[in-house]
Amino acid sequence: MRNVFLFLKRYSVLIFFLLLQGIALYMLFTYNKFHNTIYTIFSSELSGKVFDRVNNVEEYLSLKKENQSLRLQNAALLSRLPSGLIVADSTFSFVIDTLRNDSISVVRQFEYMPAKVLSNSVFLQKNYIMLHRGSDQGVLSNMAVVGPDGIIGTVVGTSKNMSIVMSLLHRQSKLIAVMKKGSGLGEVSWDGKDPAILSLNKIPKTVNVKKGDTVITSPYSDRFPPGVPIGYVEEVDQDQETNTYILKVRTSTNFHSIQHAYVVKNILEEEMQELKRKLIKE
Amino acid sequence: MRYIIQNSIRFFIIIFIQVFILSKIPPLHQFIVPYFYFALILWIPFKTSRAALLFYGFVVGMMVDMFYKTPGLHTASAVLIAYMRPYVINLLLPKEVTEWGDEEPNRFSMGALPYSTYVLFLTILHNGYLILLEWIQFGSFLYFLGKLIGTSVISLLLMLIAELFVHRKTRTR
Repeated sequence: MRNVFLFLKRYSVLIFFLLLQGIALYMLFTYNKFHNTIYTIFSSELSGKVFDRVNNVEEYLSLKKENQSLRLQNAALLSRLPSGLIVADSTFSFVIDTLRNDSISVVRQFEYMPAKVLSNSVFLQKNYIMLHRGSDQGVLSNMAVVGPDGIIGTVVGTSKNMSIVMSLLHRQSKLIAVMKKGSGLGEVSWDGKDPAILSLNKIPKTVNVKKGDTVITSPYSDRFPPGVPIGYVEEVDQDQETNTYILKVRTSTNFHSIQHAYVVKNILEEEMQELKRKLIKE
Repeated sequence: MRYIIQNSIRFFIIIFIQVFILSKIPPLHQFIVPYFYFALILWIPFKTSRAALLFYGFVVGMMVDMFYKTPGLHTASAVLIAYMRPYVINLLLPKEVTEWGDEEPNRFSMGALPYSTYVLFLTILHNGYLILLEWIQFGSFLYFLGKLIGTSVISLLLMLIAELFVHRKTRTR
């Protein structure tokens, strides 16, 4: 027994060291279990309080910087208020048209500008579509509007960030169209009854028209890119008095669910108009 | 009495530096982590008893762990160097520990070369043990070696700066 005490006395420092080291290592390797212990709670309380005090001082030191960043953030947030901001689409995409002025170079004729549809109607006699893209983003009156499935209409008015499109479903809408097979020239209009059905007149009876034939835009239009589908023949009627058909055409675009559209700009339009003016003057 | 007050003030200042300045310096590299708090253990007077020294090391380590949220890691290292300190001093100096009185280990009391050896050895021991404990939990041998070198260089640099700027020459009776 005495030897034990002598041993303890002799090695007391080593034992104390091993004890403290053991506590430290135990804490280290059971860290995950330590979250709820009194030690952790107490130490978090204490260090938290000190951190809080020091943070107060640190905050004071960085007030100017903080202010600056807050002001910037404020400005960013203010300009992001729904009432203050209108994001108008201003991207461009080019479509190479097949129009050529010589055998090598390709002249770009149509420029497609994507736009979001803001409002739409189909049940009125004069249906208009509002696009989220206006004169500031390059939209002008008389530009064609095309959807992913086919023709939608023509721009009739623009503001800075919006434009109004006269849809095909408008009593005054007139559009030159051809049959994809047989290429008879006709005129598409709307009778104001069914938003899915257009009427196509003035196709001569010499052209063989069957149900399901595709109606596309004519290559002679200076607004509409040629070959864009308008619809599919639904019903073929012979006009008794004239030499033409009266055709019912089902629209290729579902006007009930238009989400996106492309405004089509004819880059060569000015040139065409100028040429026309010149010829008429002379 | 005087040396108790002096060491208490030093305790708070160095813990503050370690926890609120050194730990907030954006790290240059993952290997370069500045540790300076163990200077507290290196600078405590010679005559402190070994048990008191161990306890002091434990308290210092716990203090740092509290703020670093790493229970045990710094405590283990601090206790280790507190345990090893008297042996290193006995190796380097011919005098018995009890002959020193209130004096602290510094370059005047020990002489420049023994003091440098003392600091170098204990710094590497402290950092080596600390990083060994980290390495056991994660990392590779390269991590251990790189971090040992990185932290030791930074620690020694901090010790050098402290030696140059803090005039710790104890008054001789």
